[in-house]
Amino acid sequence: MYSNKVLDNGTPARTSTKTVALQIDGVQITVPEGTSVMRAATDAGVKVPKLCATDSLEAFGSCRLCLVEIEGRRGYPASCTTPCEPGMKVKTQSKKLATLRRSTMELYISDHPLDCLTCPANGNCELQDMAGVVGLRDVRYGYDGENHLQAEKDTSNPYFTFDPTKCIVCSRCVRACEEIQGTFALTVEGRGFGSKIAPGPTDFLSSECVSCGACVQACPTATLMEKTIADAGQPDHSVVTTCAYCGVGCSFRAEMKGNEVVRMVPNKDGKANHGHSCVKGRFAWGYATHPDRVKKPMIRRQITDPWREVSWEEAIGYAASEIKRIQAKYGRGSVGGITSSRCTNEETYLVQKLVRAAFGNNNVDTCARVCHSPTGYGLRQTLGESAGTQDFDSVDETDCVILIGANPTDGHPVFASRMKQRLRQGAGLIVIDPRRIDIVRMPHVEANFHLQLKPGANVAVLNAIAHVIATENLAKLDYITARCDLAEFAKWDAFIRLPKNSPEALEAETGVPAVQIRGAARLFASVPNGSIYYGLGVTEHSQGSTTVMAIANLAMLTGNLGRKGVGVNPLRGQNNVQGSCDMGSFPHEFPGYRHVSDPTVRELFSTSWGVPLDGEPGLRIPNMFDAAIDGSFKALYVQGEDIAQSDPDTKHVLRALEAMECIIVQDIFFNETAKYAHVILPGSSFLEKDGTFTNAERRISRVRKVMPPLAGLADWEATMAFAKALGYPMHYTHPEQIMAEIASLTPTFAGVSYDKIERLGSIQWPCNDKAPNGTPVMHEGQFVRGKGRFMVTEYIATEERTSRRFPLILTTGRILSQYNVGAQTRRTQNATWHDADVLEIHPHDAEQRGIKDGEFVALQSRKGDTALRAVVTERMQPGVVYTTFHHPESGANVVTTENSDWATNCPEYKVTAVQVTPNGKPSKWQQEFASFEGVQDSLLPKKDA
Amino acid sequence: MDGSKLVKMANQIAAFFAAEQDRKVAVENVAGHLKRFWDPRMRREFLALFDTGGDHGMSELVVAALKTHRATLEPTSQ
Repeated sequence: MYSNKVLDNGTPARTSTKTVALQIDGVQITVPEGTSVMRAATDAGVKVPKLCATDSLEAFGSCRLCLVEIEGRRGYPASCTTPCEPGMKVKTQSKKLATLRRSTMELYISDHPLDCLTCPANGNCELQDMAGVVGLRDVRYGYDGENHLQAEKDTSNPYFTFDPTKCIVCSRCVRACEEIQGTFALTVEGRGFGSKIAPGPTDFLSSECVSCGACVQACPTATLMEKTIADAGQPDHSVVTTCAYCGVGCSFRAEMKGNEVVRMVPNKDGKANHGHSCVKGRFAWGYATHPDRVKKPMIRRQITDPWREVSWEEAIGYAASEIKRIQAKYGRGSVGGITSSRCTNEETYLVQKLVRAAFGNNNVDTCARVCHSPTGYGLRQTLGESAGTQDFDSVDETDCVILIGANPTDGHPVFASRMKQRLRQGAGLIVIDPRRIDIVRMPHVEANFHLQLKPGANVAVLNAIAHVIATENLAKLDYITARCDLAEFAKWDAFIRLPKNSPEALEAETGVPAVQIRGAARLFASVPNGSIYYGLGVTEHSQGSTTVMAIANLAMLTGNLGRKGVGVNPLRGQNNVQGSCDMGSFPHEFPGYRHVSDPTVRELFSTSWGVPLDGEPGLRIPNMFDAAIDGSFKALYVQGEDIAQSDPDTKHVLRALEAMECIIVQDIFFNETAKYAHVILPGSSFLEKDGTFTNAERRISRVRKVMPPLAGLADWEATMAFAKALGYPMHYTHPEQIMAEIASLTPTFAGVSYDKIERLGSIQWPCNDKAPNGTPVMHEGQFVRGKGRFMVTEYIATEERTSRRFPLILTTGRILSQYNVGAQTRRTQNATWHDADVLEIHPHDAEQRGIKDGEFVALQSRKGDTALRAVVTERMQPGVVYTTFHHPESGANVVTTENSDWATNCPEYKVTAVQVTPNGKPSKWQQEFASFEGVQDSLLPKKDA
Repeated sequence: MDGSKLVKMANQIAAFFAAEQDRKVAVENVAGHLKRFWDPRMRREFLALFDTGGDHGMSELVVAALKTHRATLEPTSQ
C-alpha cells in the first residue's frame, strides 16, 4: 500500500461545473457535485475511518467502518457511497458511531492473526491504524471460532506474497485489477464467511495476473506484500522520481532505507500514470545494484587484449588521446557519438554538444534512429512539429481508437490500462496489426475491427481507409478548409480517390478483406473524437515515414487534431526517446529540431558554446557502420546503447565495430557492444543522478538522485570529464544548469526550469511565453507549421519479398516482462516469465513443416540464421512468424536485413523473408557468439571472491 | 561507402518524391533531401560514382537531381 504518510481521500475526485455546499462536523465545505461525503470530509480536514475505500477506486461500501450520521436521515449510511447533497449536515463522530465501528473492528480482528510486531506491514497497516482509531481494546468473540488462520500463503510470484490469513476481503485488490489495470485476474470466491480472494483456480504466478502491482498497492493489510519489504522492513524516506523503462514515463516514489531502495511505488500525483504501474517499473529495479554492474573504468589497446581496470582520469585521458590521434590521422569526420534514450535530457544534450563542439563534427545520432526517427520526420512535414499531439489523459475523451503497429498491453502497459478503461466505457477500437495482439480481445474489451494486414502493408491499409472516407464524402471538409493547405489537399485528394487506392484494389497487397476496411473507415469517420495511437510497427519499415504521414493525413481528413480526445500519438519505446530527439541527438539538427545548415541557429549555438560549428549533416548510425567498413569512420563514443544487439543485420554491425580503432562504451553493464570496445566508462542508473526525462506526451519530469553513483560519477559528469580531456572544458556543477542552457537556446523549452518543474510536477513542451505552464494538446487553433499539409503517400512495397527459399515473413517486437535488449530486465526476476526469446508460428505453417510446440527450430534469412524454440499459436496469421530480441544469444538481428526507411534510415525490423525448419540446433553464428563471449569473459578482470 | 547501397537509398528517396506532379519540384525535393540528410562523404562518393559515367542503376529522378543541383550537393566541409 501507499505509505500511510500519503493522504488518501477515500474516493476519487469528481469534476463538475456544479458545486454542493454542506456541513461536516460543523465545518462548512463546498465540493463538486458527485463528491462523496467521505471525500468532502477529507477536504474539510476530517478523517473518517475506512478500510474498503481508497481514492484510486470507486466506492464499494462493504467494510461498514465509514458510517456517518446525516441530519434528517435514518440509519447510518456509508460515507464512501453517499454523495453530498446541498445543505446536508453530517456528523462523523458520535457514541453510536463509535460503538458500531468498534463492533465491526472486533469482527475483523477476531479472524486476523495477532502478529503485528512481526508483520511486514507493521507501522504501515490500515487495519492496525483503524484498530487504534476506533479504540479497539478487546475482542468479545475470542479467537477460537471458525477462522481463516490456517490458509496457505502463496509465494509463487517473484515479487510479492499473498497471505490469505491476513485478508479482510475488502475487495480492493479485485477492484484494482478490474478498474485500474483491466486484467480481471482476481475474484472473490465463495460467499459469506467462505468468501476469499483468488487469482482464479491457480496460484498467482500461473494466473492471468500481469504483476502490475495495483492489487498490492490497494491492499490495506499485509495480505499482498512486496517481498522486498518483508525482507528489509518499512522505508524511512521516499524520493519522487521517474521510471527509466518505457516512454510512458511513470512517476514513482523511490522508497528508501538510507541509500537502499526497498520499494518503488507509483506516484498518485504523477500526471502520466496517476498512481498506476507495470511489472517493470514497479518491481524490476533490482538491476541497479546487480553484481554485474560495471564499477570501474577499463581500457585495452585491442579487443584481444585483457581489460585493465584504471582510474577515471586514466580511462578518460586514454579515450581523449585516441580520439585526437584518430582525428589527426583520418580527419575530423572520422569519429562520432551515440546518445542514449535511457539517459537524461541533460546527458544527451551534453553528448551531442561534445560531438559538435569537441569532436568538431555532426556525427551524432541516437537510438531513436532505429525506432521513432520516422515519427520526427513525418510529423514535422505534415503538422510542423516532431512530436505526438496529445497528453495521455486525452484518451479519456476519445470515441474511437485506431491502434496501428503498437502492442501497448506489452510495450506501454500503464497507458494501455488507461486506454482499456475508455474502451470499457464504450469507445470503438480498430486494431491494425499482423498479429492478434491481446487487446484485440480481452476481458470486457473487443476490437470492432482487427485489420490483420500483411507485414509491410501499412501505407496501403491507411490509403484504403482514407480512400473510403474521401470517396464516401465522410471527410470533415469544414475543418480541412479552415486548418489545412488547400492546394496540397487538392493534390492529395485527387491521389487518394484513384481506384488503385480502394480497399478492393489493395486487398491482395494488404491481405485484409475490403469490407473490413470500409467498415473501419466508416466507424472512424463517424465519431466525434477519433484518435490514432501507433508504435514501431509503423516506423520500422522501408515506408516508415510515409506511414507516419499517412496517419497525419487521416487525422486531418477526419478533423481529429487540435483538441482533447483526438490526435496522432506515437507510443515511444524507451524512457527518453522523445527527449533524446528534442536535445539535438540527430546528426542534422541542433536541439529543438533546427537544421545545422541554418546560419542563424548555428551562430546562436556557436556563440553560446564558444566554437565554430559545422553546417553539414553528420552520419546516421547505419551510415556510421557503412563508413567504418569503408575505412573513413574510426572511433565511436556510445553512451547507454547496445548497438551490437539492438541494431539489424548483426554481422554487418559487428564487422563495422571490428573495423574501428577506438570504441568507447559508457554503460551500466558490460553489454554486447562492450565486447568490441577499447574503453569502458561505467554508467550510472536513473537512481544515481539528477536530471529530466521527456515521455511520449512531451512531458518533462524530474529524475532525482536517491543514491550515489556506484562508480563515482554520474553520466553527465563523465561526459564533462571527457570533454575537458579533449580540450573543451564544460563548467556545470548540477544538471539544473544544463537545463538552463537548453532553455536559453531552445524556443520550445524557453520556459522550462527545475524550479517550475518542482512547482508544477512536470511540464509538457512547448513551454514558453505563449504557454508558460506547457502544452498538453498541440495544434489548437492552428498547426505549428501554420496550415496542415497533406502529403501524397504512394504505397511502395518493400523490396523484401518472400520466395520459394524464404516463404515466410518474420516480424519482431517486444513482450511485457522484458525491455529492449533486456540488459536491465534479464537481471531481474522478470526472467521468470521470459527466460528466452521464442518464435511464434501459426499451426498451419508449423504442421506443414512438421514443427511441434516447444521444439527447437532453425530460422534462416538471406542475412543469417539462428535457432530458437517454437511456440505454435493462432495469434499469428499463416505466413508470418514473430520473435523478440531481448536475449543476445537468440540472435534475432542476425536474421534481420539492412533495409531501411527511405527518409530516415530507420531499419526495417518488421519485414524479413525467412524459412523455418524443424530440428534446429545452435547456428554457426550462435556457436561463434558463445565462443567469443567465453573469450571476452576471460579478458575481464577477475571479480573479488 | 558501398555505392550500390547509396544508389538504393537515393532511389528510395526519389520513389517517394516521384508522386509530386510538378517535376521541377520533385527534382528539387530529391536534391534537397540528399543535401539535408546525407553526410558530406556520402554525397561526395555518390557524386564521384555518378561522375564515372552511366547511371549505376540510379532512377531517372535521381539522375536529374544530380545534374540539376550538382553545385548544391557538393559538400562544404570535411
